[in-house]
Amino acid sequence: MAATYEPIATTTLTGTQANIEFTSISGAYTDFILTGTVVRTAGSDIEFVLGNGSYDTGSNYSLTYLYGTGSAAGSGRGINATKGNAGYASSTNPMSLTIQAQNYSNTSTYKTLLVRNSPASGDVSAIVNLWRSTSAINQIKLTPNSGSFGAGTSLTLYGIKAA
Amino acid sequence: MIGNIVAGTFSAGVAPVTSSYESIASSTLGSSQSSITFSDGGAWADYKHLQLRVMLRGTDSRTNVSGYLRFNSDSGNNYSSHNLYGNGSSAGSDANGLGNSSVNLRDLISAGSLSNTFHVLIIDILDFANTSKNKTVRILGGNDKNGGGTVSLQSGAWYNTNAITSMNISLDNGDLGTYSSFALYGIKD
Repeated sequence: MAATYEPIATTTLTGTQANIEFTSISGAYTDFILTGTVVRTAGSDIEFVLGNGSYDTGSNYSLTYLYGTGSAAGSGRGINATKGNAGYASSTNPMSLTIQAQNYSNTSTYKTLLVRNSPASGDVSAIVNLWRSTSAINQIKLTPNSGSFGAGTSLTLYGIKAA
Repeated sequence: MIGNIVAGTFSAGVAPVTSSYESIASSTLGSSQSSITFSDGGAWADYKHLQLRVMLRGTDSRTNVSGYLRFNSDSGNNYSSHNLYGNGSSAGSDANGLGNSSVNLRDLISAGSLSNTFHVLIIDILDFANTSKNKTVRILGGNDKNGGGTVSLQSGAWYNTNAITSMNISLDNGDLGTYSSFALYGIKD
């Protein structure tokens, strides 16, 4: 039986890097999962943009998030944003990150992405992002909103193919 | 092997053994329908766990509806659910205690909400065929509507030691809408 859950690409950093992107994502899969550990040079949110051939940098992103700080739980929202959000990563310890996109290559619906963010220090969070575009996703670029990704950051993009 | 699969799905980038995670069945709706059912028929015998990946939108004119997840056609009061959610302004928690007729899927997006927007769910049913214990499900889900929406972590239980041989999703109001998609995967140990 053909593999259902396949690694598509992996990036592991040996030095600092301003952003990480995966391009030319095949539309042969049903869902993709981007998962790994993120090391940061400064504590900040990890943001991302999506696109098909070119990145959408318009105000077409929004999100709803749930977080726990260790002493309180809360929720917030972002609307009409120019980027999606994958949560906060500290500068001292790595963050475990998973971004899931279901039916990412369909051209009939907007794209909803689920994020689980588990930093070693800082807020644990679950985030639902919306990209208001019916375009297929074939590229994703992650960028910290300050500083850079650090050495040891490792992210793998997996494709899941439904029957 | 199963540890790698679970870790690869939800946490650190541990490469899964790809032959252990297999697609069983899927459906994308070309028109609305009242419910969706996945049945075993022998296809699940090789698997230890199941994962149902869902993207849905209801047809009811409200902004949100609730959904029902049931097993083996059991609509008796044999379920419970607990939910941790964020609604964009506050975190909250609620529960449907033992004595409910389904695992409750809350705040599912429906036709009164922002167009082209769907609710996503990842439903894990671990050890679904074990006949020595009741069944527990784990759900990560949510939707965002650019000014509305909910993200939630849920647990559910079916108080029955029978192996799960079918699962059904329906809504409390309206139907499952066009382009709603459902994909069932099996995970081996």
